[in-house]
Amino acid sequence: MTETIIQIEQMKKYYPIGKEKTVKSVDDISIEIKRGETFGLVGESGSGKSTLGKTIVGLEDPTSGKIVYNDLDLSQLNKKQKRQINREIQVIFQDPHASLNPRMRVGDIIAEGIDAHKLATGKNRQDRVYELLERVGLQPEHAKRYPHEFSGGQRQRIGIARALAVEPKFIVADEPISALDVSIQAQVINLLEDLKEQEDLTYLFIAHDLGMVKHISDRIGVMYLGKMMELSDSDELFHEPLHPYTKALLSAIPIANPEAERRERIVLEGDPPSPVDPPSGCRFRTRCPFAMDVCAKEVPEWREVKEKHWTACHLYNN
Amino acid sequence: MLEHLLEVNNLEVSFKTYGGEVQAVRDVSFHVDKGEILAIVGESGSGKSVTVQSIMGLIPTPPGKIKNGEVLLEGQDLLKLSKREMQKVKGSKISMVFQDPMTSLNPTMKVGKQIAESITTHQNIKGPEAKERAIDMIRRVGISNPAERYEQYPHEFSGGMRQRIMIAIALACHPKVLLADEPTTALDVTIQAQVLDLMKNLKDEMDTSIILITHDLGVVAETAERVAVMYGGMIVETAPVNELFNNPKHPYTWGLLESIPDIDAADKKRLVPIEGAPPDLFSPPKGCPFAPRCKYAMDVCVEEMPPAFSIDSGHEAKCWLNDSRSPALKELVSAGRQLS
Repeated sequence: MTETIIQIEQMKKYYPIGKEKTVKSVDDISIEIKRGETFGLVGESGSGKSTLGKTIVGLEDPTSGKIVYNDLDLSQLNKKQKRQINREIQVIFQDPHASLNPRMRVGDIIAEGIDAHKLATGKNRQDRVYELLERVGLQPEHAKRYPHEFSGGQRQRIGIARALAVEPKFIVADEPISALDVSIQAQVINLLEDLKEQEDLTYLFIAHDLGMVKHISDRIGVMYLGKMMELSDSDELFHEPLHPYTKALLSAIPIANPEAERRERIVLEGDPPSPVDPPSGCRFRTRCPFAMDVCAKEVPEWREVKEKHWTACHLYNN
Repeated sequence: MLEHLLEVNNLEVSFKTYGGEVQAVRDVSFHVDKGEILAIVGESGSGKSVTVQSIMGLIPTPPGKIKNGEVLLEGQDLLKLSKREMQKVKGSKISMVFQDPMTSLNPTMKVGKQIAESITTHQNIKGPEAKERAIDMIRRVGISNPAERYEQYPHEFSGGMRQRIMIAIALACHPKVLLADEPTTALDVTIQAQVLDLMKNLKDEMDTSIILITHDLGVVAETAERVAVMYGGMIVETAPVNELFNNPKHPYTWGLLESIPDIDAADKKRLVPIEGAPPDLFSPPKGCPFAPRCKYAMDVCVEEMPPAFSIDSGHEAKCWLNDSRSPALKELVSAGRQLS
């Protein structure tokens, strides 16, 4: 077993719109996720972070590039391998209201994966469902109820139990707490952290709440308009960000302390450009306070500028 | 005593549903002074939106009903006004910005017309002059090429810009009070920073008071001057913003502050969530609504609703811990009350 669980090589995902145009949702991204880590992925709406997650889970096929999971190229699998990988890679969705079938009992929702992969039947299946409900902080008697009888936080727990049912190794959590109230968010985050310890999981944690991402992640990647802008350890990213976009993003987070030393806020002008027709060269140059001539001409190279700290920015090309 | 610009007293709002009557707002009182930003924080179902909707006269009746209370704007009770009289107050004296900038604009009407409409309806300004005023408002909310933008439709604007347009419509007639219900929740964080800055600047320029509803304590800390914390349909604590963050006196406020991660912390601490779930407002508990989730709950908390204890000037908390007869927190903790 290698240290890397997921390796993404020059992955692109384009969606055609109309006859000629394409949305470059994910454009040439290469990252690797290490076994046992929580990899945080942040970015604003339209940055392509969810598309990246969906492609890893297999809900979308990449336009080009490779996704390698445990030395297996996900596009070259035979049927048997595919089934196995579908078990090992699971996903938790954002909206706990839309992601559970309202006509199914909670027990059957959780057991769907168990049935599909023929992991248990009869009494064993039932015991497994009860055990999973308890693992996520619910009670066995909840198995008989329907999703509408639960609050948002509880539904998210059901979604987590469903993902855990097939004993996954890698979980993509796409904005798992965005729809929840503040006091409930902390409950779900603590649950995810506990489960990771107990089950030796690896997470790709996608969110736009930078505070929570920093809290849960070991490393963080920052996306903007389909490109990875920066990647480093989460503490280093927050304390020594390199890319001007990361700096602006971090400075925009409202701090819950009225007497906090006001970090200088970099207010970005304007809105992100359309991913249909992104700017030439560096995608961020149209809003970047440090944009130079070269930024319009050349796409900045994705480089390891400091140890384990990657960025794509001409400012760091000596 | 100085009269407050807007005063809400003993407001009670409930909704009839198939499941019974939901007591969404229970005995809420607060005030806003001239040029002040008051933030109302709370989670879903805490009654914060219903509270401001009652001020605006937006509670659908039935199923909703304002059972008690008064909303005094410069001494005039808005709840007693006829629909027609209220129509005059809306827009000119008090106006509102909603959360979702995608659905609150008319998609088939030019953006500029929508601003001008608000000006012609509420002030006796018509035709080219209204248009001029509308273009000026587009400029003031920080959108470039205002004259061209006037002629465009909402789909040609991004989310952040639509929210700016909503603010332009709301402020076009220089209202005394602006109610903003989660105005930046649907926006990305860099755009949120822009919109909050804009609201603060316009407030100073126009001397408007703002009631800002939010669930984000970061936004509260950076924007508000005073804060009211709502829980279970009630205001459980009110304080000036620094006081609330430095010296909170209600366990729910403590819980909220503890459950958000500290971005500047060097090492990772485990988050401290508030266990349990918010109360069921079909049959709200007779005592403190937070008691079932409170680590420090005493017998009295379940039995009797705590009154508002005055902590300091402008700082009140509805919690029995502030009663002089209550044991000190240390004693409660040593008695095993603190569960975590």
